[in-house]
Amino acid sequence: MREQTANSVSVQLIDIVKSFQAGYNANDHVNFSAYPGEIHALIGENGAGKSTLMNILYGMYQADSGKILINGKEAKFRSPADAIKLGVGMVHQHFMLVNTFSVLENIILGDEDTFRFDVIDMKRSKQKVIELKKSFEINVELDDISGGLAVGIQQKIEILKLLYRNAEIMILDEPTAILTPQETEELFKTLAELKNSGKTIILITHKLGEVLAISDRVTVLRRGKVTGILKTNQTSSNELAKMITGRSIESQVIKKSAGGEKIILEVNDLYINNDRGSLAINGISLIIKEGEIFGIAGVEGNGQEELAEAICGLRKISKGTINIAGIDDFKKSIAHIPANRHKYGIVKEFTLEENLILGREKEENFSNGWILNNKKINEFSEVIIEEYDIRPENSKALMEGLSGGNQQKAVAAREMTKNSDLVVISHPTRGLDILASEFVHRTILEESKKGKAILLISSDLSELLKLSDKIAVMYNGRITGELDPKSTNENEIGEYMTGLKSNKR
Amino acid sequence: MQEILTAAFVLQTFRISIPYLLPSLGAVYSEKGGVVNIALEGMLLSGAFAAIIGIYYTGSVLTGIVCSLLAGIIVSILHGLITITFKANQIVSGIALNIFAFGITKFFCKLIFGSSSNSPRVIGLESWGLPFNPFLLICVLILIITVFAINRTKFGLRLKAVGQNPEAADSLGISVSKMRYMGVIISGALAGLGGAWLALDQHSFTDGMSAGRGYIALAAMIIGKWKPTGAALACLLFGLAESFTLQFQSSGVPTQFIQMLPYLLTIIVLAGFIGKATPPAADGIPYEKKD
Repeated sequence: MREQTANSVSVQLIDIVKSFQAGYNANDHVNFSAYPGEIHALIGENGAGKSTLMNILYGMYQADSGKILINGKEAKFRSPADAIKLGVGMVHQHFMLVNTFSVLENIILGDEDTFRFDVIDMKRSKQKVIELKKSFEINVELDDISGGLAVGIQQKIEILKLLYRNAEIMILDEPTAILTPQETEELFKTLAELKNSGKTIILITHKLGEVLAISDRVTVLRRGKVTGILKTNQTSSNELAKMITGRSIESQVIKKSAGGEKIILEVNDLYINNDRGSLAINGISLIIKEGEIFGIAGVEGNGQEELAEAICGLRKISKGTINIAGIDDFKKSIAHIPANRHKYGIVKEFTLEENLILGREKEENFSNGWILNNKKINEFSEVIIEEYDIRPENSKALMEGLSGGNQQKAVAAREMTKNSDLVVISHPTRGLDILASEFVHRTILEESKKGKAILLISSDLSELLKLSDKIAVMYNGRITGELDPKSTNENEIGEYMTGLKSNKR
Repeated sequence: MQEILTAAFVLQTFRISIPYLLPSLGAVYSEKGGVVNIALEGMLLSGAFAAIIGIYYTGSVLTGIVCSLLAGIIVSILHGLITITFKANQIVSGIALNIFAFGITKFFCKLIFGSSSNSPRVIGLESWGLPFNPFLLICVLILIITVFAINRTKFGLRLKAVGQNPEAADSLGISVSKMRYMGVIISGALAGLGGAWLALDQHSFTDGMSAGRGYIALAAMIIGKWKPTGAALACLLFGLAESFTLQFQSSGVPTQFIQMLPYLLTIIVLAGFIGKATPPAADGIPYEKKD
């Protein structure tokens, strides 16, 4: 560890135990510490207890036992408000912004400067925020309405919120999951700035590359226990991966050469409106052949979702055509792993096995057309649960009780085992840990080897580079670049994503 | 046309708008905070009955008004308990409270005055001997305060936050329930006050005398796009329609037609013909902390 006296430790979590269900500790006697001026990465699989631990530090949960020391003094947090008072703040993975508010309103909410009668002193607040912007070089327009802003900017608002509250200890929960490489770079600059000013930064992440790039130390959690506390410059991604999973990860998935000649999906000069009635897709044409994985990169909100929805028949087309080979045979429907699994992928009040056959209940295996064959359904689920390692291993478990990662696995399992020629996938590994991601990647490749055509939408560029046979970049409803994954890199894709570059029209 | 646009007609329009305006402004508070308040009708009716009781026993109009405020607040606290604390469906709670208010006012009317349909005549605002209608003044003041409170104060900002994204507000240490209770209780007080006006104007209580005004007030707030000034203008529009009804009672235009106008307007607005009316994002959704 560092040569620092105990007094200078800003955060100390001592012997934290937290259990949500009897017999299983989400945090099992966890010790954690971080220093001012340090970026400390907290890594581990889904369900390893990272979020639980940070929620305890942030006052969202209360530990069953154990102590929290902030700057050496014991602290009791009953709510986030208590934590904020002691300078602990969190940037959540899902941003906590009021969409209709201006950037400034979002920043000051809950901690407003006022005149008499509680009238807000906007001038004074604004001045404060402007100074913060300056000293940490964070650039946002304070009068913009927050809802329509890019995720990178929304994240800056979240960081400013913490700074405005004088947070000295800042927790960031997977901050780069939805950022472009350029935005990520900017975020890292800001984090370095914060670190230099003496803040304690705790970074929850799945991406080992990031851990190695910017953190000073790493704490690894596995199944609720700490399996390692390391100095970043003395470790490697292999060592970390081993500590996270408890075994070494199988080497890179091997990509096969692109598939056959038969055209499965043909999209021709497509125009689609978004929910607000303006153009989301502005003239797109693409062809996917059997056995091909067609990757689509882009900053979210550039038409990717509308495209996926249109192909799956969930959205009206205003102009153009979509042709799918063999679609007349209704048993060969499209498989779809949606981005918003809660809205489209699952029914959370249903059991796991019901969710595993959702939309497939008329298949011969599962019913005779009228009555469900519960025995068959159960057998099918047991096999799937085993094969996809869905936890808990109980086909009667309610879907809402499953963790996000396991829900995602269930959706993937249902759609991947479906008899279809075309699979439309959005963000298949968002929020999944290394092992689960590897598994999903392998499954995607295997299915493509069987000849399925796959449309893969993702904002994780390394994923796209790894899996795709072709990558198209969408910007403003158009495909602005078609790239060969073998000869491009994340930075180049990023330039297309932000509209800096274009190799079409 | 000339005879229509007399000062008396304008004044009548304003007077008629009062029992719409007060609950409608109340609804702005409630709904900005994320609680649909269809119980306005019951709050209005309870307020009217309580005002009569207060005046009947004390002979003081002021006491009557205070009683109406209290009655509105009590019903609103019930609505808050059901929807905020126990997280039940807000529409169901509202309708249940309306039916409850209708029944209980009738019951006590019978018990106290020996008739379930109306109370004896009591004194009204004329006993104050003012040269103007104090309720009109109150309405204007409340409108100004509301515009200011919603747009410029800490309270307004937090109330809106809780109605738009309660999770975000919670994460910043703002108590979602507290803000929502405040919104609902203010709406109850204003609706109760509206009830006081109804009773004072008529000098008595009649069963079901709110006669759907609470629903129209809610519709006005929707037409006004959840904004205080918008709601106020919509209420004036409905007041105008009703004023015409009175004017044309003998002229052959079926009164039912004009009475239908507010509802028709509401449907047109909700269908999106007059711009888009977007409610607060979390309006109508009970807030449950995740764990």
